[in-house]
Amino acid sequence: MPPVNNLKDDKPKWVGQSLGRVGAEDRVTGRQKYAADLRIDNALQVKFVTVDCARARIIAIHTEAAAAVEGVRCILTSADLPQPVPKCGPAYDDRPVIAVGETRFHGEPVVVVAAETEDAAELAASLVRIEYEELPPVLTVEAALDPGSPLVQDHLQSNVLTENHFGWGDVDSAQAHCIVENDYTFPMVTHFAIEPHAFIAAPDPDGITIWSPIQHPYVLRRVVATALGWPVARVRIIAPDPGGGFGGKGWPKVEPLLAFLALRVGRPVRLVMSLEETFQAVRRASAKVHARTGFDADGRIVFQDLEANFLLGAYADIGPRVVSKASYSACGPYRAPHARVVSRALLSHTTPSTAFRGFGTPQASWAVESQLNEAAARLGLDRVEIRRRNVPAKGEEFIPNENGADGNWIESLEKAAAAVAWDVPLAPNRGRGISLGLKSSSTASASFALVRLHHDGSASVLSGTSDMGQGARTVFTQIVADELAIEPDQIVVVMGDTSVVPFDSSTSASRSTVFMGNAIIAACKHVQEQVAAIALEVGAGAEVPYEELLRAYYGSARGEVIGLGSARSAYVPGHPLGGKSAFWEMMAAAAEVEVDPETGMVDIRKLVLVSDVGKALNPMQVETQDEGSAVMGLGHTLMEQLLLDSHGRIRNLGALDYRIPTIEDIPAELHSFLIENEDGPGPSGAKGAGEGGLLSIAAAVGSAINQAVGVAIRDLPLTPERIWQAIQDRQT
Amino acid sequence: MNLRLTINGKEVAREVAAHHTLLEFLRDDVGLTGTKECCAEGECGACTVLLDGKAVNSCLVLAVETEGSAVTTIEGLEKDGQLDPLQQAFIDKGAVQCGFCIPGMILAAKYLLQENSNPTDAEIKQGLAGNLCRCAGYSRIIDAVREAGRAARQ
Repeated sequence: MPPVNNLKDDKPKWVGQSLGRVGAEDRVTGRQKYAADLRIDNALQVKFVTVDCARARIIAIHTEAAAAVEGVRCILTSADLPQPVPKCGPAYDDRPVIAVGETRFHGEPVVVVAAETEDAAELAASLVRIEYEELPPVLTVEAALDPGSPLVQDHLQSNVLTENHFGWGDVDSAQAHCIVENDYTFPMVTHFAIEPHAFIAAPDPDGITIWSPIQHPYVLRRVVATALGWPVARVRIIAPDPGGGFGGKGWPKVEPLLAFLALRVGRPVRLVMSLEETFQAVRRASAKVHARTGFDADGRIVFQDLEANFLLGAYADIGPRVVSKASYSACGPYRAPHARVVSRALLSHTTPSTAFRGFGTPQASWAVESQLNEAAARLGLDRVEIRRRNVPAKGEEFIPNENGADGNWIESLEKAAAAVAWDVPLAPNRGRGISLGLKSSSTASASFALVRLHHDGSASVLSGTSDMGQGARTVFTQIVADELAIEPDQIVVVMGDTSVVPFDSSTSASRSTVFMGNAIIAACKHVQEQVAAIALEVGAGAEVPYEELLRAYYGSARGEVIGLGSARSAYVPGHPLGGKSAFWEMMAAAAEVEVDPETGMVDIRKLVLVSDVGKALNPMQVETQDEGSAVMGLGHTLMEQLLLDSHGRIRNLGALDYRIPTIEDIPAELHSFLIENEDGPGPSGAKGAGEGGLLSIAAAVGSAINQAVGVAIRDLPLTPERIWQAIQDRQT
Repeated sequence: MNLRLTINGKEVAREVAAHHTLLEFLRDDVGLTGTKECCAEGECGACTVLLDGKAVNSCLVLAVETEGSAVTTIEGLEKDGQLDPLQQAFIDKGAVQCGFCIPGMILAAKYLLQENSNPTDAEIKQGLAGNLCRCAGYSRIIDAVREAGRAARQ
């Protein structure tokens, strides 16, 4: 049956264009409603009460003074919850919805106050007195590995929550000409989305509704339902567009607690966290990586022998997955005939670490890429050349039984080198660095989409993706405009309400353009099939507009055509990650820096990014994602780190003391280039994008600093003090 | 306490708690939620508004201090349904991603252009150094401010 309705051109009209961001006008006028902007009638305001250290035994809780505050409606402790207190979490059900008996990280809620006003809630919270005994916390990788340390979770045998062993070949008998062996550290950093977390939970006749700026509404629905012991159908999640996510808003945190509170008081409850509380809620896992890499005399990798210890927090969150996924592809976009990767997810008395752009890969990449740079120096090879010799060709398998290289990655490498004028002589105190990054994509996931063609020829797209700034609404609009041959202003993308949009696994792993994009295309094809059948039935030709066609069929301005589409990444039983990587997110970064040897200050003169995206459905959006990702990468490279005191409290809690890049910290020149060979599994050959930009910034900058002033620092961030000190140490 | 001031050209008279900030007053009492709260300590700039023509962090100003003042928030920039050139430039140059920092960023830029209609890139950076964005690489924001300045001069 030929497609009907004017139709779809073979050549896309909208896909591939930099259509302006859908929702941009609301965002420049203040009309966009984020979670904290929503007003629900009759809502109580919530404040958490915590203790002033990471690990404490709760002795007694005194709430009399707090209860006497006018407007206080509920003061909830673990004693007020079903016993035993439900535990939940995205990976393991290991986090009690509120601290029971003992706190495990600084900021863990012990008491919850709900009051008519924020002032009353705050005052009452300040009057709750918790008697506690501080206990020694586990705060470092070393402490977590020490069998003599206290257990973070008593029911476990050790603080090693999971240990992964990946590898192939025979590392121990592999013969190398040159072995590079070093330890690398990557700091704890926090997401610092400009929107702090905010939530509303409200009982309703069907069960409960929760508003949360969550990236994965369907995961939240499952976790809340599990905590309540309810069928998922009774839990409705409404996810307003997040004001920045970066993984920090991916996984449920305190929503189950708010659900219990709302049901107890029988009213909506609203919690707007401060930035400081948000710091205490989410972070990236810090890591120590011991890397032993063997090379032959020509600079070809003979073996990779990696041991990576990731410091998670008090509860698993999605941490074990971060560790397994990052270490599975830790050897990077290179052939390694022999590999052994041991990685551990370690529990500690710190904020639970969660997903954060790059999902563990930046930690591994910092080590592996720096190893290549050191090997190049020792073998007298150029840093571009050593990579060229090790990058797999397109289609070549580089992890056994896994999808091979899905792009011409040397093209990215060479483009990045050319863009920083790699071979041009440098001025004094200047240096250049280059690095590659590779991240696996979502495995074993599913996306469903509904496309509703209305009687007037306009369309609604129902998608469980969250638009957190990456621009999913815009890209989906472009796809539907092409597939249904209608104008973008005739299309509305509806997101974030689990009572309206069909299932989607997650807005993570740069998967939405590929998987939700494919699901939407399938839904549009389903619409077109039905439209074609209708045209046949009413005897209409291909030129008849939808509106006339549907009128001819339904007889009036009524009815619609609903298309359902789905896409999934296959579940592969026995695969270490549950399935193969549907695409690889591959990027090359190159930097030119100037270092002031007197102060250790680094000035990034130029930073270029080359991403192999298959096809940029909206080039401007991809470029701006990469640029933002790269500047975020400069944060953990040069300045960001959460520092803990001996009580496990974050010393630099808040914007004053924890610095992220400002507009004055950006490179003098920042360029993003895209490789588009239309060789990905997504719409028009797209692969995922958006995380790539930060994967290997640290190693590129670190290598440039090394060339500029001759120091190799293996601990991030590369602060002026560290650089200055390294220069002094070299001189003495 | 009773507070009278002008917000976006309209006179407003409201009761306000003496300890509430201008930010809280705008968001919670007046219902203008376009002004955003992030750090609440004057470091991120998300809550930037114009107070008698000057850009301020509204989290650092007590509401009662604004008695008799004129406040402009992001909701007040559109004139007769027309976006301010800065708003338009932020859209056109791709400077908006999640958008949470954008109201504060635009008002800081408004003040910058008011004081200096033809800023260099270094001056734009200096003028917006107190406004954090976590999505963007900032360069498109600089493009947008430069473009809006150019449009205004013509």
